Amino acid sequence: MEKRVTFKGIWLPLLLVAPQIVITAVFFFYPAGQAIWQSLFIPDPFGLSMQWVGLGNFEFLLSDRFYRASFLTTAIFSILVTVVSMGVALYLAVLADRLIKGSGTYRTLLIWPYAVAPAVAGVLWLFMFNTRVGVVTWYIGLLGYDWNHVLNEGEAMGLVVVASAWGRISYNFLFFLAGLQAIPKSVIEAAAIDGARFWTRFRTIVFPLLSPTTFFLLVVNIIYAFFETFGVIHTITGGGPQQATTILVYKVYADGFVGQDLGSSAAQSVILLLIVSVLTVVQFKYIERRVHY
Amino acid sequence: MATVALENLRKSYGKTEVIHGVDIDIADGEFIVIVGPSGCGKSTLLRMVAGLETVTSGEVRINDRAVNDVEPMDRDIAMVFQNYALYPHMSVFDNMAYGLKIAKVPTDEIKKRVDTAAEILQLEPYLTRRPRELSGGQRQRVAMGRAIVRKPAVFLFDEPLSNLDAKLRVQMRLEIKSLQRDLGVTSLYVTHDQVEAMTLADRMIVMNAGVADQIGKPLDVYSDPATEFVAGFIGSPPTNFLQAKRLGRHIEDGAKIGIRPEHIRLVPQTETDLAGTVVYSEPLGAETLVHLKLLDGQDATVRQDGALPIPAEGETCGLSWEPASEMVFGKGGSRIRS
Repeated sequence: MEKRVTFKGIWLPLLLVAPQIVITAVFFFYPAGQAIWQSLFIPDPFGLSMQWVGLGNFEFLLSDRFYRASFLTTAIFSILVTVVSMGVALYLAVLADRLIKGSGTYRTLLIWPYAVAPAVAGVLWLFMFNTRVGVVTWYIGLLGYDWNHVLNEGEAMGLVVVASAWGRISYNFLFFLAGLQAIPKSVIEAAAIDGARFWTRFRTIVFPLLSPTTFFLLVVNIIYAFFETFGVIHTITGGGPQQATTILVYKVYADGFVGQDLGSSAAQSVILLLIVSVLTVVQFKYIERRVHY
Repeated sequence: MATVALENLRKSYGKTEVIHGVDIDIADGEFIVIVGPSGCGKSTLLRMVAGLETVTSGEVRINDRAVNDVEPMDRDIAMVFQNYALYPHMSVFDNMAYGLKIAKVPTDEIKKRVDTAAEILQLEPYLTRRPRELSGGQRQRVAMGRAIVRKPAVFLFDEPLSNLDAKLRVQMRLEIKSLQRDLGVTSLYVTHDQVEAMTLADRMIVMNAGVADQIGKPLDVYSDPATEFVAGFIGSPPTNFLQAKRLGRHIEDGAKIGIRPEHIRLVPQTETDLAGTVVYSEPLGAETLVHLKLLDGQDATVRQDGALPIPAEGETCGLSWEPASEMVFGKGGSRIRS
């Protein structure tokens, strides 16, 4: 039987959930409402007057070549960030799980990058890969490759993906390790006696039993790649070269705050909101079916 | 069908040795039970046979082949775990078929074998269910099924019944015994429960702190224990140990006389030198357990027929037994035979 605490009145429970509701209202519902409202207008650059345009902002956006390109960029970017950060994290977690000596040190060191703010992480990577003074650029140069993410679109994308994924590996690693350690050892031993070698065990036992963790991380990482990577992109490439790394959320910023087109920016926010909602619903509806709790 | 031999088997974790050399030759089809209290190394011993623990020194042989460095999967064994270790994301059928699929047994052969096992274990209605939808006893059967479909040379059981309730445990015990008899597969069974050990074993190994104190047929072990530990561990209530010196015997310093509760008779105080006051009696119907405090302060338990009068608390009784039923143990706990 599930234990439930029942309250006599309505005021105490209301009071207890109030902080969360207030925060959600002030920082989510109010701005989201504002965005939806503003997306229907074109304000003048000084914010003194607004002109009603209905869905005009959306019509313009969807026919905009650059905006559509940004969709593709976002898709490529978020898939790469998710796959790289989850893949590397899983690999490290599997190794750490097999470790007997020094696993504590190993774990602590792996968690550190998570404490680095995205913008700082961006600057770190920027310095390493700086086209003139970067250490890594210099070494790559010695190997005969001319690294220049300021001009090369592929290299710019690669760099922001790696920088974004890097800090995320720690987070994913923690969850994967916890997930691995929650799998009963005897189940793995039973599989070993049943004749499954390491990779077969991983494929048929460990990975399926890890699926709740994997699914959770998938949802969280995609949302991360969509929104929280702003700092990394802003410091490393500024969306360039030629918008090659302008993901949707960066375009919201670039069009709204740099280009001062607040109506279009608000419309983009609304579209972004819809995309993430749909993505999350799809994930829960279709992928979660394959999850074994 | 296989023989298993352990030869001076030892296990150390770092500098601490936990198994101090165990030797046994197990005949084909024999049911061996390893029994002992927690921490005596019985599970470690089994896991070394399974290949889940490395062998520090000595040798494990299955069918006269040394398997110390052979992977568990190549030892031709099957193991039933205490928590069953079923694959939670697979159906009962897939749980049982897993090993066969990996061994690339043809599909129709897999189906035939799993169906046969399911029939023996009465699991047919549950083949499509997941383990979490089964009761404890059914999960236990699936674990058994997974072991038998592979037709291994040796069965290993690691306390398979300790997660079941008392009634189910008795039932499953009988099922395991009859299954093992029908299949004739050599089995090693680890338990801390002496009743399981007594009822299942062809021969039992009584482990004490990493040493096999005694290996023998259950009734021989019961009637003729080799050490004080075995005499105290096997049998319920346990053997009474009385200081030999206080009984007026001079054997060696610290020697004890062991006497089983059912061998002591309560007699009028005038007929014997040894007397005690009744602390309390436990009438169990068929028998009565009488707990006494001897006049010199030692404790003793007497098991007597339920039809005999039950002595009242505080009553003083005399204790008497046949000299032949005495067991003498030296200071180190080993048996002294005259």
